[in-house]
Amino acid sequence: MSASDTNQERRRRAPLFPWIKGTLLTLGSIAVTMLGLLFVTFVIGRVMPIDPVLAIVGERASQSTYDAVYEQLGLDKPLIVQFFYYLWDVVRGDFGMSLLNARPVSEDIARVFPATMELATLGVFVGIVLGVPLGVVAAVNRGSWIDQIARVVALVGYSMPIFWLGLMGLLVFYGVLGWVGGPGRLDIFYQDIVPTRTGMILLDSALAGEWSVFRNAFSHIVLPASLLGYYSLAYISRMTRSFMLEQLSAEYVTTARVKGLSERAVIWRHAFKNIRVQLITVIALSYANLLEGSVLTEIIFSWPGIGSYITTALLSADMNAVLGGTVVVGLIFICLNILSDLLYRVFDPRSK
Amino acid sequence: MSLLEVENLWVRFPTRQGIFDAVRGVSFTLERERLGIVGESGSGKSMTGRAILRLIRKPGIVEADAIRLEGRNLLDLTEPEMRKVRGQKISMVMQDPKFSLNPVMTIGDQIMEAYLLHNNTSKAQARAKAIAMLEAVSIRDPERVMRAYPHEMSGGMGQRIMIAMMLIPDPQILIADEPTSALDVSVQRQVLDIMDGLVKERGMGLIFISHDLNLVSEFCDRVLIMYAGRIVEVCDADKLHQAKHPYTQGLLNSLPRLDQPKKHLEVLKRDDAWADGESVGGS
Repeated sequence: MSASDTNQERRRRAPLFPWIKGTLLTLGSIAVTMLGLLFVTFVIGRVMPIDPVLAIVGERASQSTYDAVYEQLGLDKPLIVQFFYYLWDVVRGDFGMSLLNARPVSEDIARVFPATMELATLGVFVGIVLGVPLGVVAAVNRGSWIDQIARVVALVGYSMPIFWLGLMGLLVFYGVLGWVGGPGRLDIFYQDIVPTRTGMILLDSALAGEWSVFRNAFSHIVLPASLLGYYSLAYISRMTRSFMLEQLSAEYVTTARVKGLSERAVIWRHAFKNIRVQLITVIALSYANLLEGSVLTEIIFSWPGIGSYITTALLSADMNAVLGGTVVVGLIFICLNILSDLLYRVFDPRSK
Repeated sequence: MSLLEVENLWVRFPTRQGIFDAVRGVSFTLERERLGIVGESGSGKSMTGRAILRLIRKPGIVEADAIRLEGRNLLDLTEPEMRKVRGQKISMVMQDPKFSLNPVMTIGDQIMEAYLLHNNTSKAQARAKAIAMLEAVSIRDPERVMRAYPHEMSGGMGQRIMIAMMLIPDPQILIADEPTSALDVSVQRQVLDIMDGLVKERGMGLIFISHDLNLVSEFCDRVLIMYAGRIVEVCDADKLHQAKHPYTQGLLNSLPRLDQPKKHLEVLKRDDAWADGESVGGS
């Protein structure tokens, strides 16, 4: 092999190292963040003025029973040792038993989280599909009546309490018009027909080919998802508008017009391409907010999601469930952050 | 018939304090020559260039008796017809390539886009044409540059790429709006020479907008001096030192000269009366 060949070879290989380094760095920062999150949840679990032993054995248990459970829970060990026990449990996906129903918290979360995920995904989808074009159109027609309407739509979405909108939506579309299904994920006749695979009923029924179940599930999810979608639409459309305004005044947009491009090409092919990275951040945040569980929406629509799960657990001092839920929510935020970081690299050539 | 005739062009912007006239009744003609437009910031020189291309955005208002390109009045054209004029007939190079090139599109895509828009050819042909154009503006390794993004380029390279992009559809007029102000002095000359060579070779008309009187007098055939939105004087570039208008004289006297050293440079004086007079025709 000649010297120039080796050089070329080296040049071809070189980009791999920064890539590996970047991945390692990302993984490292995830680990540190996770550790911090777990430490905080652990401390919260220990400083809460709730005796976990009493919560299990009840007030009338004998001292020997109390001591036995105390030891079983590892509470006699030093705090740092307890933390490592906790860490080891979480790593294995064990969040302890729910004090309310004596089932593993991880099983509970695996049951409620897909419900939230289904709702949030559909919600953010509505928010993106309507919010992004609305924001772009508002920016392009700045100051016109379209812009004003978009402003009012967003303002209502921001400022209207979601429980009121939810109740009114149920009253009008379910109670009076009967266009949609009521609270819950399915009508009672359709429950337990399709096998649980993903826990998301729309997906499960589609996989099983049970289209009547799919239709029923859709009629139930459409109203809460639209509401959450409206809420994220308000945020996404306002942010899209301001990002677009910034780009539309940039010189390269004038360049695109000088070339003779149509206004549509100028907006979508040139200006819009430049806001994708910022938009990803906004959408990821919006999605994370919805995934965290929209407590009020879930309660109004009797949606068995993680938001109502954590709230119920909190109100009945079921700390294992609360902490398990918190860790999962934290994990979601971290995952979405990584995902948006990865997408930056795809959409912004400068970050390569 | 002139290549371009501008008659009584006004550019107005409504503000809270009333209507602001950025360009006030400017008339001039352009042949296949190099016409310089000189003036200080806010004198309306850039607005004149943009108004010709109908690039003044709302709420700005452009009014003129006529803007004729080879006898055809551009004011009568619909927006789709005007799009065919932009790029294909009249093109523009702007000040800073850092901002005037799209940061998230490859240079190749941006140049090819300009060509494909006005020519019904295959992508492969457009690519070949773009590479040839990059070579024409003295870009080394054009294949690599085609795949690169604007942030990987230096200022001088960026501006040469911009020139390539604007000349690839073969326009008849190029408006160069301060094309070298953002560049290092050392590369200014190089970029200008390349632009000049291409403009001459293609027999185009060039409108060179600048605040640099020295540069314009060296580089252009004729010079329009703008002040407060109107043309105060028109002269041949080589007879600039014979300029009669006090503003032009003031501009010339405020420049240091190697061949005539002075102890004190004059301060540029301005007179409100200059702004009120009629615009001088630039034909």
